[in-house]
Amino acid sequence: MTEDIRPLVELRGLAKHYGEGETRVDALKSIDLDLMPGQVIGLLGPSGSGKTTLLNLIGCIVEPSAGTMKLDGETVWDGRWRRSDLRKLRLEKVGFIFQFHNLLPFLDVVDNIALVLDMAGIGREPAKQRAIELLEYLEVGHRRNAMPSQLSGGEAQRVAIARALANRPRIILADEPTAALDGQRAGIVMDLMRRVAVDQKAAVVVVTHDEKIYDRFDDIYSLRDGRIAEN
Amino acid sequence: MNLALHDIRHNLGRFLLTSVGLGLLLGVVLSMIGIYRGLVSEALSLARSPAADLWVVETGTRGPFAEGSRIPGDTREAVARLTGVTATGAVTFQSFETEHRGRKLRLQVVGFEPGRLGGPSGLVEGRDIVRRHEVVADAKTGLTVGERIVLAGDPYTVVGLTRGAVSSGGDPIVWLTLRDSQVLQFRLSPAPARREAARGAVTQTPDTVNAVLARVAPSVPVDAVAAEARRWKHLSALTQADQETILTRSVVEKARQQIGLFTTVLLTVSTVIIALIIYTMTMDKLKEIATLKLIGAPDGRIVGLIVQQALALGILGFSIGATLIASIKDHFPRRVLMQPEDATALGVIVIVVCVVASGLGVRLALKVDPATALGS
Repeated sequence: MTEDIRPLVELRGLAKHYGEGETRVDALKSIDLDLMPGQVIGLLGPSGSGKTTLLNLIGCIVEPSAGTMKLDGETVWDGRWRRSDLRKLRLEKVGFIFQFHNLLPFLDVVDNIALVLDMAGIGREPAKQRAIELLEYLEVGHRRNAMPSQLSGGEAQRVAIARALANRPRIILADEPTAALDGQRAGIVMDLMRRVAVDQKAAVVVVTHDEKIYDRFDDIYSLRDGRIAEN
Repeated sequence: MNLALHDIRHNLGRFLLTSVGLGLLLGVVLSMIGIYRGLVSEALSLARSPAADLWVVETGTRGPFAEGSRIPGDTREAVARLTGVTATGAVTFQSFETEHRGRKLRLQVVGFEPGRLGGPSGLVEGRDIVRRHEVVADAKTGLTVGERIVLAGDPYTVVGLTRGAVSSGGDPIVWLTLRDSQVLQFRLSPAPARREAARGAVTQTPDTVNAVLARVAPSVPVDAVAAEARRWKHLSALTQADQETILTRSVVEKARQQIGLFTTVLLTVSTVIIALIIYTMTMDKLKEIATLKLIGAPDGRIVGLIVQQALALGILGFSIGATLIASIKDHFPRRVLMQPEDATALGVIVIVVCVVASGLGVRLALKVDPATALGS
């Protein structure tokens, strides 16, 4: 049996600009990037360097201006969107982890995770079961009935990771996931993401300024003025 | 998974407080509709109580409610002889104010001939009038059976009580014998009486009435009897339908329009307030909406969250308002008539308003950029 080594994210000449003429701003210029299953990369760079724009492009939140983009082997952009339902694409293939966890405050821990599965058409009971399994996997099963406001920062971020993993996405995009955590908890979160990448053969992209976790990445890409400056 | 329900449960106190506020506002709308209905009902109650088919009044007038009408007392005998007339009664109507037990009492005094049309119906306590200086009063006067009341210096005994009998002005009705009412209405006080006597004028109380009521046999057209009565040049005849039209289109028309307009203004204000509440509720959830969009929630799910909450707010607010008004309506100084069809209509309007008002919130939610969930 041969292992699937096809890149999960393939960006070729991907660019994004805002405005036209004198007001044109090139946020990203011709990005080439391949992300393999199990790979955890860090995106660094000063404010305005294009990190978040790149995350938005990979997450199909904003439309590229040029280039091509393949996700999990499927061409999603080559001058136009190849998928009409980007929402569904995100739901199926991409998991998001945010700086401030962004858990829905009106749902308890289990429902925050089960919601993603519910939206994917999975029944309530299997969804809850999967949510509990994920919480156990991330070692926060004992907090399953808590509301987000009752969680510590580390617990909330684990639940957010569980939500991101609910649909078994192949690509996980994390925006400053450790910014609100101390060094120990940041390390634990990164270890979890590493475990997920390996166990689920997913590619993980982490935008960060957090120097404490630089040693946790397989590769670090530094962005400057819309280009990948160093690898 | 119903997000609206979860969000309501999470912010239950705030949601209930908002619903109570909205309920009070909708209660005011409902009470205005009830006051409007009550006004019409009160206006018609006096005209409907004798169950007459025909009102014979002074020629050239639309009496006795819209305009003054004076006709001779013996007109009743003449009307009674018209073909098809089965019952008659001569009546007087007079607004009266007196003091009783140290408080001002405004009354609508109705004089009638006991045993004939025009008397009280549906006594809830006591008996009918059988002799002079007896009255039957509506319970709204606060009088009790056996109590004595002084009208224009003469004492009267309350022998019976009715409920819900009021004039178009909302004053409770007091019935007394025709003769007593004529004395009350036409008798001069001592000084003017002496002056009239000095100039040789007749000072005896005239046998004048304000209207003669007639009931017509079902087989005889009322219009034909009215036409026959109008052949007397000094008389005019109005059917019961004419009388009710005059009361609703003339006597209480301005008040009706006023209340109608005020109700419309209140409904408009309610619409704006509901829209603002829903818009604010949506504004408070922009980050959650952005997150939902980012993780792949379909638009229908987000629209459902807003519209379902708007509907829950409207339905709960309406229920609170309707319950409140139903429980306090009897304490209003004038009748508040809550009719099921009015409550249903307002309920439907509230639902429509909630759906329309949530459109603002939905528009805002659909414009939220999912990217705002990142890095904020």
